[in-house]
Amino acid sequence: MSEQFEPVIVGFLCNWCSYRAADLAGTARIKYAPNMRPIRVMCTARIEPQFVLKALREGADGVLIAGCHPGECHYVEGNIKALRRHTLLKQMLRQFGVEEERVQIVWASASEGRMLAEAVDRMTEQVRALGPLRWKQTVLSGNGSVELAAAGHQEEVTLPEAEEV
Amino acid sequence: MSDKPKLAMYWASSCGGCEISVLNIGDKILIVDSVFDLAFFPCIADFKVADVRGYPDGYIDVCLFNGAIRNSENEEMAHLLRQKSKVLVAYGSCAYEGCIPALSNLTTAEATFKAVYHDNPSIDNPDGVRPQLVSQVPEGELTLPKFYNTVKSLDQVVPVDYYLPGCPPEPPQIWAVLEAVVAALTEGAELPPAGSVVGIGTVAVCDECPLEKNVKTIERFYRPYEITPEPGICLLEQGLVCMGPATVSGCGALCPQVAMGCRGCYGPLPGVDDQGAKMLSAIASVVAVGEPGEEEAELERKIAEAMETLVDPAGTFYRFSMAHSLLRRTKANGGSVQQTSS
Repeated sequence: MSEQFEPVIVGFLCNWCSYRAADLAGTARIKYAPNMRPIRVMCTARIEPQFVLKALREGADGVLIAGCHPGECHYVEGNIKALRRHTLLKQMLRQFGVEEERVQIVWASASEGRMLAEAVDRMTEQVRALGPLRWKQTVLSGNGSVELAAAGHQEEVTLPEAEEV
Repeated sequence: MSDKPKLAMYWASSCGGCEISVLNIGDKILIVDSVFDLAFFPCIADFKVADVRGYPDGYIDVCLFNGAIRNSENEEMAHLLRQKSKVLVAYGSCAYEGCIPALSNLTTAEATFKAVYHDNPSIDNPDGVRPQLVSQVPEGELTLPKFYNTVKSLDQVVPVDYYLPGCPPEPPQIWAVLEAVVAALTEGAELPPAGSVVGIGTVAVCDECPLEKNVKTIERFYRPYEITPEPGICLLEQGLVCMGPATVSGCGALCPQVAMGCRGCYGPLPGVDDQGAKMLSAIASVVAVGEPGEEEAELERKIAEAMETLVDPAGTFYRFSMAHSLLRRTKANGGSVQQTSS
């Protein structure tokens, strides 16, 4: 059996559109990558940048944010606020060396189960191609790690997967 | 030495401003002098590390430790002073959450060395000489501390009793903290619970900032040299990045009052994991570009254009809190610097 890397993607889906799109994809028996772990939020505007950063730090290889199309937000413009945050967050993550494909925002209305499924498929392949993120094990290892540092003086670890950005 | 309580202050990776800030408490420094004996304070008195090593454990009653942990010497001193101190205070933003030194977590140790010893326009280093961990000289062997890839806060290497934020902390806050310590030592008053952030307010800087706020939104950001802000009006509403919404009060909002946006040196509000992410969140409500009815691609383009006027978001939002941020450093992992060969 080939050991294919299966990315962990945390999906934040808005209650009114994208979570229902995921429901629809399920009831319509649309087959798509099982890599996304959906979390329902009331609106994409509820997704604080802290949630995304925490997901990446705690082991997610990617984060997918899915909400209503602009103009169709249940709370009028929550998704536009989310887009503003996402745009700035993307710029900031570039400085942290996190590839753009790892954090994405997509719009999927309650009737667009297929579209959501395709977005998850597409993103899974993109993140698979990038490889695992493993923030704690790679980026925070060596003298960057609180956990290791607490145990006393640590020599720097030469990482097997040190990446240049 | 007398039997007065012992005070120490040490600088790790810092600028020295914290030492000066202690003197900023004015004539109250005389009270500090009358209550404490200095046990270690390299900035103002001649003590050696060997003196500290000679003290029994817990000999120092209060140690104000400022500066981040940049190299192995900083870390060694942190361990030593922890062992010798009853109360260890992370004094100032560097020791508390990394501050300016920790901004180099956005690059690698190797890149820092390259800039400092090779690429800087003012550097003349034709032989490519770099500091070495060990060098042989006629007189014997010389050693230097190891330069780390990641800058850490004090609490990331040793347990810390109190945090006193600020770059540097403001005199009234310093005095309030010292006064509490003096009261505890002389009258047996109770100290705040260990792990507390002391010398801060309870609200955001915006709350104590007197500038007029009109909940006005903006279309783009300006850098300080690009505009002259209108006096008396909220700077964020004029397009100047001000960290006030994401920063805890305690400083008296000094910077915005002189038309310089809050830099965020007092750190996050209680209960916040990541000051930078909170600020990023707040920005979304200030920038008003993009309407619900617009075509999606156009909307994305407009928002991207507006956000790109905020140059260096990571350096702006984490100017003081990089070491305490959730991601803590860039993924570009250069490993260790070539610092070993002689």
